[in-house]
Amino acid sequence: MHPAYSVILFTTASGAGYGLLCLMGLGAATGALPPDRLLGLLGLGLALALITTGLLSSTFHLGHPERAWRALSQWRSSWLSREGVLSVATYPPAAVLGIGWAVLGRTDGLAALAGLAVSVLAPVTVYVTGMIYQSLPTIRQWHQPLTAPVYVALALATGALLLSLLMAVVGHDVHGASSLAAVLLGAAAASKLSYWRSVDAALPLASPETATGLGRFGKVRQLEAPHSQANFVMREMGYFIARRHAQALRRIVLVLLFAAPLLLCLFAANAGGSTAFAALLSGTISAAIGVVTERWLFFAEAEHVVVTFYGRQSA
Amino acid sequence: MTTLPTSTAKKLGLVIDLDICVGCQACATSCKEWNAQGYSAPLVDQDPYGADPHGPWLNRVHTYEVGEGETARTVHFPRSCLHCETPACVTVCPTGASYKRAEDGIVLVNPDTCIGCKLCSWACPYGAREYDYLEGVMKKCTLCVDRIYNVNLVEEDRVPACVRACPTGARAFGDLSDPDSAVSKNVAARGGYALMPELGYKPANKYLPPRDKRGGASRPVTGAAAPPASTGSSLENLFAWIDKALSGQGLN
Repeated sequence: MHPAYSVILFTTASGAGYGLLCLMGLGAATGALPPDRLLGLLGLGLALALITTGLLSSTFHLGHPERAWRALSQWRSSWLSREGVLSVATYPPAAVLGIGWAVLGRTDGLAALAGLAVSVLAPVTVYVTGMIYQSLPTIRQWHQPLTAPVYVALALATGALLLSLLMAVVGHDVHGASSLAAVLLGAAAASKLSYWRSVDAALPLASPETATGLGRFGKVRQLEAPHSQANFVMREMGYFIARRHAQALRRIVLVLLFAAPLLLCLFAANAGGSTAFAALLSGTISAAIGVVTERWLFFAEAEHVVVTFYGRQSA
Repeated sequence: MTTLPTSTAKKLGLVIDLDICVGCQACATSCKEWNAQGYSAPLVDQDPYGADPHGPWLNRVHTYEVGEGETARTVHFPRSCLHCETPACVTVCPTGASYKRAEDGIVLVNPDTCIGCKLCSWACPYGAREYDYLEGVMKKCTLCVDRIYNVNLVEEDRVPACVRACPTGARAFGDLSDPDSAVSKNVAARGGYALMPELGYKPANKYLPPRDKRGGASRPVTGAAAPPASTGSSLENLFAWIDKALSGQGLN
């Protein structure tokens, strides 16, 4: 599948934003995070900025962005529509939490209730984003039970990393947040490794023989394509990265997105002051490059079944 | 509404005979011509006379070589929307622009409400939907909904443009839910099949497989293929020498 940069930016930026929002909400509701106005302003501000940037960037790839509001209507059948509805529904409780925390300096009462609401709505929104891909029976690399859970795991891990960094910026003890980030990064790594294992074990959906139904007559080879230049289907669905390159990129993801930030979080959890801040900043930058690579690879490794009509041996 | 109708009164669709399709592209070009001025209009190509022409076509004809050696055959394979009974392209649509008609089963896109998110094209296993970069909306086969019910056309023209244009009669149009329709009878008689039924989309369109080759599938090569014995004339020997010399065998 062609990796569209607007969709990569949307899913990674808003994923981290929703992860941060979820943990801020949970921290407010449980009292685990201090009702510090600066932390509330920076944390919720960054979360909502990332979410909003992501949502806006996702409309860039639309043919008619001005009609985007129509996407809220078909939640009964469409995961994309459900994503739209949930992303809009997350804003009001996030605003209540923001006013309570950043303006009034309170995370109890109504703000705690709003925190609880966003801590549920945010990961559910990310899960629904993952389901857009997981629900497609045409792409075996996406039609996997772990596709949507990996989206949630990565959102929470990158969000926890951002929370740790903000705690260091504001000058709070980062031990708890960094430890949580390390645990969530480990869980995300485990889920992604398990996802890759199931993808590698999944049998191809089709071959030129099964796609055309002509396999009973023998091997099917494309003699002549229907068009001399790539059409929309080949431009959109024909992109596929060679296995050798995919393996190299997977290793880069393992190091930049998981191993390096995890170790830096563990280091920061037991350090303090500017050392912890430097470690968490490097970890965040590393994870940012890693998660964009992971998302690019998520598209580049995905094979759409239609390519078998164009002679590719399997998909 | 992108939720699917529980049943449709008719299942209009195409039956394509792979035995007699000659791959002339008349269906593809007449489709483009009709739809560039009808329901799907405009259906414009980009850079049409340049180095990289592309644009939405609603019907594409592949040519395959099938089988090995002397039993190999060439099969021309037109590919367009199959107007599936349970098309995921419709249910994934977030706006309701994609829909399946309850009255005849035709799958359509409303170009006035499509936001151009392209998700429907990802959900289609058959590559039937092509995005129009100029219009910013998805285009697909309409089964010529603006021809088949059009009382302003003479009766024989009230079929999809591709069916009307096919010079070999390889394409037929009809109601595949009616077991007594000509298309259903032909599907039953010829073992017509749906594409990739394992994916569960339940295509309405069916393909009729190529018939066994005349004289059996494994016709032995007869003596006609062997070259005639040499007459030994001097002219023939001269040509044999030239042939050998030119093919590089006589020079060593």
